[in-house]
Amino acid sequence: MKEDNVSRSDKKNTGSAPLSSERQTSPQKIVLVGNPNVGKSCFFNYMSGMYVDVSNFPGTTVSITKGKYHNNDLFDTPGIYGVGSFNDEEKVARDIILSGDIILNVVNALNLDRDLFLTLQLIDMGKKVSVLLNFCDELKKQKIKIDTKKLSGLLGVEVFETTAVDNAGFDKLEDAVKMARTGKQALELQSILNHVIEKSVPQSDALLILEGNESIAEKYTRPCGTADEREKIYIGRRNRVNDIVDQIEYEDSKKGEIFNLFGRYSLQPATGIPILLVMFALVYLFIGEFISQRVVNFTENTIGKNLFEYNVKSFVGNYTPVDIKLISKDNTGNDVIIKTFQFPSGMDDDQSLKNEFRVMSKKPGVQCDFIFHNALPQLFFGEFGVITMTVTYLLFLLLPLVIGFYIVMAFLEDSGYLPRLATMLDRAFNKVGLNGRAVIPIMLGFGCITMANITTRLLGTEREKSIVTAILQFVIPCSAQLAVIAALLSGAGIGPIILYISVIFTVLIVLSTTLNKMLPGESSPLLIDLPMVRIPRMSNVLKKTYFRSVGFMKEAGFWFFIGALGVGLMQITGLLTVWQNAISPLTTVWLKLPKEAANAFVMGMVRRDFGAAGLFHMNLTVMQKTVAIITITLFVPCIAAFVVMLKERGWKEGMIIWFSTWITAFIIGGIVAQIVI
Amino acid sequence: MPNSTLDKSRKGNFITVVKLPGGEIKSQLIRLGISEGDTLKCIERLPGGTIVVRKNRQEIALGFDLAKKIHVTLSEKHS
Ligand SMILES: Nc1nc2c(ncn2[C@@H]2O[C@H](COP(=O)(O)OP(=O)(O)O)[C@@H](O)[C@H]2O)c(=O)[nH]1
Ligand SMILES: [Mg+2]
Repeated sequence: MKEDNVSRSDKKNTGSAPLSSERQTSPQKIVLVGNPNVGKSCFFNYMSGMYVDVSNFPGTTVSITKGKYHNNDLFDTPGIYGVGSFNDEEKVARDIILSGDIILNVVNALNLDRDLFLTLQLIDMGKKVSVLLNFCDELKKQKIKIDTKKLSGLLGVEVFETTAVDNAGFDKLEDAVKMARTGKQALELQSILNHVIEKSVPQSDALLILEGNESIAEKYTRPCGTADEREKIYIGRRNRVNDIVDQIEYEDSKKGEIFNLFGRYSLQPATGIPILLVMFALVYLFIGEFISQRVVNFTENTIGKNLFEYNVKSFVGNYTPVDIKLISKDNTGNDVIIKTFQFPSGMDDDQSLKNEFRVMSKKPGVQCDFIFHNALPQLFFGEFGVITMTVTYLLFLLLPLVIGFYIVMAFLEDSGYLPRLATMLDRAFNKVGLNGRAVIPIMLGFGCITMANITTRLLGTEREKSIVTAILQFVIPCSAQLAVIAALLSGAGIGPIILYISVIFTVLIVLSTTLNKMLPGESSPLLIDLPMVRIPRMSNVLKKTYFRSVGFMKEAGFWFFIGALGVGLMQITGLLTVWQNAISPLTTVWLKLPKEAANAFVMGMVRRDFGAAGLFHMNLTVMQKTVAIITITLFVPCIAAFVVMLKERGWKEGMIIWFSTWITAFIIGGIVAQIVI
Repeated sequence: MPNSTLDKSRKGNFITVVKLPGGEIKSQLIRLGISEGDTLKCIERLPGGTIVVRKNRQEIALGFDLAKKIHVTLSEKHS
């Protein structure tokens, strides 16, 4: 792990002794805790200076972010409304809080009555706490006054006023760490807690046991508190919060109703749906047109294929037998082979031919197809080369798309739009056993199924995760695939587009209603707080995008590598050809497509748009094209998505979904073929 | 004041929470700031019954299935 100890406050406070003297002695665990969207990550980025260890996903920082503050470990946690075990985010945060030495509790000054519940719980746990009262800029704007001194007195811990976006009050962060202390705990809790503590359970754990956290109770083999007991504690705490807020908050203006037009309009379907459509159009222009056409075209072809792969492959080709096909586009846009070079004992062996190849291959518009004779170069540098294809795919194709999507997601997240969209669509999602929050992974799926699969974590129950994961793998085409589909159907008229959309939509409805009926249990209802709508700060959006892209690459990259190795091995062992022949009857008779279309399905397993792109070169009728893309859309997700799905949902569920997509794709594709062709 | 459930409230209504459903969801509601005896304002009611309420400066959306389990009294004016 890289370390960066030169945080900004470190530079400012070179003279301050107390923390630096601690530096050699006892590293502490400092944990940033707070409700969602209160600015925890702003503090984290500032305090840790450069970023260290990231995995952070939209709507859910389920994984913990760890950095260094002076000599101490600093943790960023998912936003929570209380310490508990109601969902994955809470469990992750809970465990870090329990093990933490110092809690920096970030609080939104505008929502004290919501945020202080967590503060009081942390104090009741007996943790050393300092409160960072954030959003002080908004306090002034909305003419609200908070008596910070009194608040500090009532809580029994220090309270520091901050405005994280402007780094205001950050000079006090070192004090906040130093002066963190245990606050005033609820009196009625102490007597109950005392007899649990006697039995050598730390106070923080004891409180959580009392509040009904089963896993903590099991850890100490203590009887767990009941839901009723928790309720009683919660109500008591809620009353204390209301009491405190009454004492410290003064509003100058009349009952401060900030009426936010955009926020309201985005809720009601009559206005919210047009807003959604405009958003879609903007996102499409940015990702579909700008990133996936222009940027990717440059990075994938110019940098990836022509620069990176060309040089790696011709370097390897110097020493090993290779045939090279030079391919160019003719004036109708079809690929034609202009010349095939043969180097039966490597390019270095035949300098004159090598030079001829060099010159010809440098001509504009010429692509080189290297066919290595030996198995190993083939495996690592060939068509599915573990080194060549993986690098091009990950860095030059996937990365720009992922960055594009994270920019959009961070923008939507920071604007406060997503929870409102979830609210507007809640009723529609209820029909298929989901609540509005499911819109987030599904929307992400149109960008990249792999990313979306990870985001299913934010859903409340296993049942909802299963339904959404299935929807993603079966029916949602990713952006790369959408681009190829759009190109294939362009000029075909409106008919095929309507056919395509209605078939996919029907499958979506049937699939989700069936799963809703079949899966046991109940889905969780929508309960979501709507943050203020505001224009996101670009610096924050970019920061988030950067950290998340790194996290994504770490998560998906390794597995993609493994996948490429697998397909590569299939190719050199000849299994790939066996495969192609095996499914070709299905292709010709049932789907009524040419035999070579079978290749598209094999390729489609590696990358979804590979599959669709393979159809370009075939002479298909419009209806054949439509059948083919319906089948490809319903067909299995790409290899990276597949592996991430296995990780998220387990082997059994993952394999069931994967095989079911095979079956569905061929059944539905075939039925459509039998009707329309 | 007539007894009712939250899903019946209209935009602009003032709501007094009489009884929350039990179990985990109750704890979650209390944490968010909605507990029995509180007064909320209904600021949106979407077709189908999704309800958006405001408590102080905090807006909270509740799905229909949850809203219909929350017993409230409704009034046109702030009490
Ligand atoms: N106006 C204002 N916005 C803030 C302040 N602190 C954070 N934000 C914004 O609040 C949003 C959420 O911040 P973030 O650090 O991601 O919150 P987290 O979810 O707690 O990690 C971002 O758009 C920030 O720019 C503040 O003091 N004032
Ligand atoms: Mg965060």
